[in-house]
Amino acid sequence: MKKNVNINVEYITRVEGHGNIVINVKDGKLETCRLDIVEAPRFFEGMLRGRSVFEAQHITSRICGICACGHTLASIQAAEDALGIIPTEQTTKLRKLLLDLEMLDSHILHIYVLVAPDLLGVKSFVPLIQTHGEVVRRALRMKKTCNDLCDILVGRHVHPISAIVGGFTKLPRLKDIDAMLNMLISIRHDMDETVELAATLKFPEFERDTEYVALVSDDAEYPLLMGDIGSTDGVRMHKKEYRKITNEFVVPHSSAKHTKLSRESYAVGALARFNLNAEKLHPKAKQIASAVGLKPKCINPFLNTVAQLVESVHCLEHATGILEDLKNNPLNYDEEIVVGLNEQRRIPVRAGNGVGAVEVPRGVLFHNYHTDENGAITNANCIIPTNQNTANIEHDMMKLVPEILDKSEEEITLAVEMLVRSYDPCISCSTHLMNVKFVK
Amino acid sequence: MKKPKVGIFDFACCEGCQLQIANMGEDVLSVLGSIDVLEWREVMSEKWGKKLDIAIIEGSITDPHAVKRIKQIRKKAKILIAIGSCATIGGVNGMKNNFGLDDIRKYVYGDSYRFFPTELTKAVHQVVKVDYFVHGCPMYIPEFVALIKAALQGIPYYPPDYPVCVECKLNENVCMYDRQVTCLGPVTRAGCNSWCINNGNICYGCRGMVSNPNEKGAQDVLAKYNIPMELILNKMNMYNKCRELT
Repeated sequence: MKKNVNINVEYITRVEGHGNIVINVKDGKLETCRLDIVEAPRFFEGMLRGRSVFEAQHITSRICGICACGHTLASIQAAEDALGIIPTEQTTKLRKLLLDLEMLDSHILHIYVLVAPDLLGVKSFVPLIQTHGEVVRRALRMKKTCNDLCDILVGRHVHPISAIVGGFTKLPRLKDIDAMLNMLISIRHDMDETVELAATLKFPEFERDTEYVALVSDDAEYPLLMGDIGSTDGVRMHKKEYRKITNEFVVPHSSAKHTKLSRESYAVGALARFNLNAEKLHPKAKQIASAVGLKPKCINPFLNTVAQLVESVHCLEHATGILEDLKNNPLNYDEEIVVGLNEQRRIPVRAGNGVGAVEVPRGVLFHNYHTDENGAITNANCIIPTNQNTANIEHDMMKLVPEILDKSEEEITLAVEMLVRSYDPCISCSTHLMNVKFVK
Repeated sequence: MKKPKVGIFDFACCEGCQLQIANMGEDVLSVLGSIDVLEWREVMSEKWGKKLDIAIIEGSITDPHAVKRIKQIRKKAKILIAIGSCATIGGVNGMKNNFGLDDIRKYVYGDSYRFFPTELTKAVHQVVKVDYFVHGCPMYIPEFVALIKAALQGIPYYPPDYPVCVECKLNENVCMYDRQVTCLGPVTRAGCNSWCINNGNICYGCRGMVSNPNEKGAQDVLAKYNIPMELILNKMNMYNKCRELT
């Protein structure tokens, strides 16, 4: 059958930020297949020049409201690497807790509000209030609990206050730790029901082999905050060599740059982490994975949502473990710091070049700062997970569209939108762009 | 009473203020129960495109396409509410205005910079009329709820016009100047319940300046603690650079 298809989705909905899908099939042949990133560029890297490295966390957190804590952690890691600061064991523990909460919060939002409507056959979560009231209430309850946990730990989730270069400006008291632990335990039941719900959802069957990239490590912990960069094609590099991983290039139709490593594209995110580190997940998360039949190496991109579910269980249990540990080993409150802009030079400053590589909900995030001897930023570079996924999404679309050409234009559009959403793209993040003229 | 028709629209921003709405948890259902949300791209696939009673705007206006879009939305909406620093004062996007536009485009996009048009960052009211302002980065939920209630009843909402220090004192925080660091609390509009200082950090001025800042008092504070004016001005420019535009 020779078919013509013209699809132009302006502003794909239920994703973070603004993207358009363009598909053009002529006489049964795929001519164009693009994900255009049309988010207004915000020039964060450009704006950071000349600012104190002690302001970088505050500013870069504003790249994204959903993964503000992830940007915070990557920014702090880059700044501390540049300044030569090694965080204390206590600080590292609390940062891991923050990252667990961020991951849980974001995954819940994506699974319930952004993906579930497609699988339940409605246009958004709004009609679900009538038809699936309990599901909506559960989602909002879990989301709010994650948010309230972050409020206690770092002041707020959308843009954390107390997590800064050097440590924390305020540490949770014992009663706060008790409260957090109780809150986490209170959503365990909701998490079980989320797993049950997810098991009933039917995901499209589609496969395309690709390279998956995520942090890897030699210890037994599922690596999120720290590690080397690894891939399913056998690459392993130190985080300082991130540019050899990302190999960015500009394409005219997108204000977000594209990346490639061993093949024409690669993928990051929950599925990539699962494919590389599944054996390090919490036993309860492993159990869920095997119950829903998710096995590494999984090459169905739609199942990224299922990998997020497995990670949610992991993060809930891992965070609970940290809080239980904090109950038995109280925090040292002498580590609370007041730094401001480091006017008092409480933290020693030097010229340097630092890299932060952190697994945030949508995949590995890189921040890189060069600082001068006064701690002012001379060059900045942020490489966001969605940038790394965009080329891979387009290659998926190129394989998927010819396979479903017999369907109606409406069905094809929905399938492609669902594919894009399954990557949980964060387009507001992805346009915060990289600097190609990096001065070595 | 017929439920008011509401649309939520985003421009250049992090979408964190919309997320603050989702972070209200089950309370969001009572807000949604009293209004009819017809368009909200981040969480809904439904599109409306017709007359609205209330348009809620997040983000700054930074390119020609956005100017056109915000003018269209203004035409369709009886009431327009700007939420978050990006929309109300230009916010962190305003830092771009510290640089030449071509300079910053080339820095970020290299030789391909021509593909990416940009203009000086503007707050929403610098392009179209704004009826209500919810300041803050991110917006403070209790203030958003108070303002929505006022807007639904058609009565004005006035954000506080005294500095953050007032709330900070009531919260019994130790003054950041006494802890030897610089804080923008003395010149920044209150209404956030001194959120950042309560958590051990300084005020960055995200809610914009009070309309009549006590400049003499602020200068005295700087002199007393021996803080260079330049440091304060640089900090003001993080959120407040757009105030220079008319």
